[in-house]
Amino acid sequence: MATRQTQFLARSLLTPAVGLLFIWMIVPLALTLYFSTLHYSLLDPGSESFVGLENFRYFLTDPAFLASLQNTLVLVGSVLGLTILLGIPLALLLDQPVIGRNFVRLMVIAPFFVMPTVSALVWKNLLMHPVSGLFAWLAKVVGLTPVDWFNDVPLFSVILIVAWQWLPFATLILLTALQSLDEEQKEAAEMDGASAVSTFIYITLPHLARPITVVILIETIFLLTVFAEIFVTTGGGPGLQTTNIAFLIYSQALIQFDVGSASAGGLVAVVIANIVAFFLVRIVGRNLEA
Amino acid sequence: MGQITLQGVQKSFGPVHIIKGADLEIADGSFVVFVGPSGCGKTTLLRLIAGLEDVTGGSILIDGKNVVDTPPAKRGLSMVFQSYALYPHMSVRGNIGFGLKMAGLRKDEINRKVEAAAATLNLTPYLERKPRELSGGQRQRVAIGRAIVREPKAFLFDEPLSNLDAALRVQMRIEVTRLQKQLGTTAIYVTHDQVEAMTMADKIVVLNGGKIEQYGSPLELYERPANLFVAGFIGSPKMNLVTGDSAAQKGAATIGVRPEHLKIDRDGTGGWQGTIAVAEHLGSDTFLYVDAGPLGMLTARYIGELSLHAGDRVSLVPDPARIHRFDASGNALRN
Repeated sequence: MATRQTQFLARSLLTPAVGLLFIWMIVPLALTLYFSTLHYSLLDPGSESFVGLENFRYFLTDPAFLASLQNTLVLVGSVLGLTILLGIPLALLLDQPVIGRNFVRLMVIAPFFVMPTVSALVWKNLLMHPVSGLFAWLAKVVGLTPVDWFNDVPLFSVILIVAWQWLPFATLILLTALQSLDEEQKEAAEMDGASAVSTFIYITLPHLARPITVVILIETIFLLTVFAEIFVTTGGGPGLQTTNIAFLIYSQALIQFDVGSASAGGLVAVVIANIVAFFLVRIVGRNLEA
Repeated sequence: MGQITLQGVQKSFGPVHIIKGADLEIADGSFVVFVGPSGCGKTTLLRLIAGLEDVTGGSILIDGKNVVDTPPAKRGLSMVFQSYALYPHMSVRGNIGFGLKMAGLRKDEINRKVEAAAATLNLTPYLERKPRELSGGQRQRVAIGRAIVREPKAFLFDEPLSNLDAALRVQMRIEVTRLQKQLGTTAIYVTHDQVEAMTMADKIVVLNGGKIEQYGSPLELYERPANLFVAGFIGSPKMNLVTGDSAAQKGAATIGVRPEHLKIDRDGTGGWQGTIAVAEHLGSDTFLYVDAGPLGMLTARYIGELSLHAGDRVSLVPDPARIHRFDASGNALRN
C-alpha cells in the first residue's frame, strides 16, 4: 500500500465484500432492535404495537432470566475449566513419539467433527440413559444404582457433553503450541538440571499461556450460545435447571411465540457477551500482546 | 578440574554411523575447537559429551569418571546453544539464575552469583529485561552468563556465533576467548568456520565423516596437515593441490602449496605458468586466481598491493621448503 493509487485500488476492491458483510450483519440487528420495541405475539397476528422498553423490562425481571444467566456462566466456566485441565495432559501425551501417533491424534480430534445434535443424542440414549445406557450398565456391573443423569444432575450432564465436544479443540491448539516449543530450550533446561516437572512448570506452561488464552476466548464465544445439546437432551429442564440465555430466548420466541420479548432477550445476550468479552480481554488478553 | 577423555566413542542413528570411534584427550583448562564441514558429526560429538544424546559405544570420562550413564545435569558441564535457547518469558536474571534455582540454592546466593556473572559480561543494566528486548550480541552474552554462573567443569559451545553479523562475530570471538582464559575453565567449541577455529583454539579437532582427521594446535595443523582433507580445510584461501608430473618429481601423488607460499614472478619462465583469471585487490593483500592450464586453477596470495590484472601472464614459483607431499591415499609424506 505504498502509493495513493494502490490504496485507492485496494479500497475499491474491498468495498463489495465489506459492504455485503455489513448489510448481512446490520439488517438482522436492525430488525431485532425494531422488534424489541414492539408488542409482537405470533398468537395474535396483526396486533403489533409500539411499547417502548416494555419488552426489556419484562425479559430482565423474569425470574427465569437470572437463573438462566447463572446457568450460562456455570456452563461456560465449567467447560472452559474441563477442556483446559484435560487438554493440557492430553496434548502432552499426544506430543510423545508413539507408534500410530497420527491415528491416535485423528481419533482424539474426531469428536469435534460430530455435530452437536448427534453427539447429544448419542450421549443421551447410548451413554447416559438410566436403563439402557452404558453408564447405567457399568454401574450395575459394579453393583451401584444407575444415575439418572438428566434428572439428578442435569446441568452437570450437559457440561459433560459440551466439554467432550470441545476437548479436541483445546487439545489440538495446545498440541500445535507444544510442537512449536523450541527443542533447544528443553535441552537447555535439561542441562540446567530441571526435572520433568520443573521443565513443565517453568518452560512448557509459560509457553502455553498464549494458546490457552486463544482457547479461552474462542470457546467462550461459542459456549455462550450452546443450544443444540440442551434442546436435544433436557429441553432446558427439569424446571429451569439447564436453561441458559440462548435457550431462554428460544423458548420466548418459539414456545411462548413472543417475538418482541425474544428480540429484547437477544439484545440482552449481545450485551452480556460483550461484558464477558471485556473482562476476558482484560484478564487474559495481555498474553496476546507480542 | 575439567579433563575430558573420549575412548572409542561411537554413535549411530539406526543404520547411519555418525561417529565412527573417536579417541580424544582434552586437558584441563584448554580451549578445544571441533571443526569440520556440515554433517561431519561435530555437533553430535558435542551433544554426546553433554549427555543430550546417548553413546552407542565407547566411554566418556570427565576427570577420570565414566559419565555415559550420567544425566546431563549431573555431568557438571554447561552448554551455549546455537539458538541461545533463552527462556523467553524469564528476565535476564531469571535466565542466568535458572540452573542455580533448580540446584536449590538460596535466593540471596543466586542473586549474588547472577550479579557477579552479569558484571563479568557487562549485562548489569539489562538484568530485568526479557530476552526479546535484547540485541543479538546481548542475548549471546546472556547465554554465556547462564553457562558460567554454574561454575562448570567445562563449557560446551555449539556454533554460538553463527547468528551474529560479521563485525559482532569478531568481537564476541575475542570476548569468549578472553573470558575462557580468565576463568581457566575447559571449553569445547563447535564451529564450521576455520577462522574461528584457528583464532580461538589451543587445540583443534578436525572432523570429517564422523572421524577425527587430526588433533593438534592451530599452527601444527597449518604447517603439518596430516592428510589432504586437513590440508584443504585449514587455511584461507585454500591450499593449492597439484597432481601429475610436478607431484611425481617430488615423489608424491599430490603436492600442496599454500597461496601465500607461491612466489609471483611477472615475466619469469620457471615454476608454473598461467594467465590471471581474477585479481582481487584488498589493499593489504592481493589474491590472484591463475588459470594454469593442465594444473587447473591456482590461487596465489601477495602481502601488499601488486599491480597485476586479469589477462596478465605470470609464473608461480612454490617455496621448496613449504611444499606438502601426500601419497595416493591422501596421507601426508614426511621427509
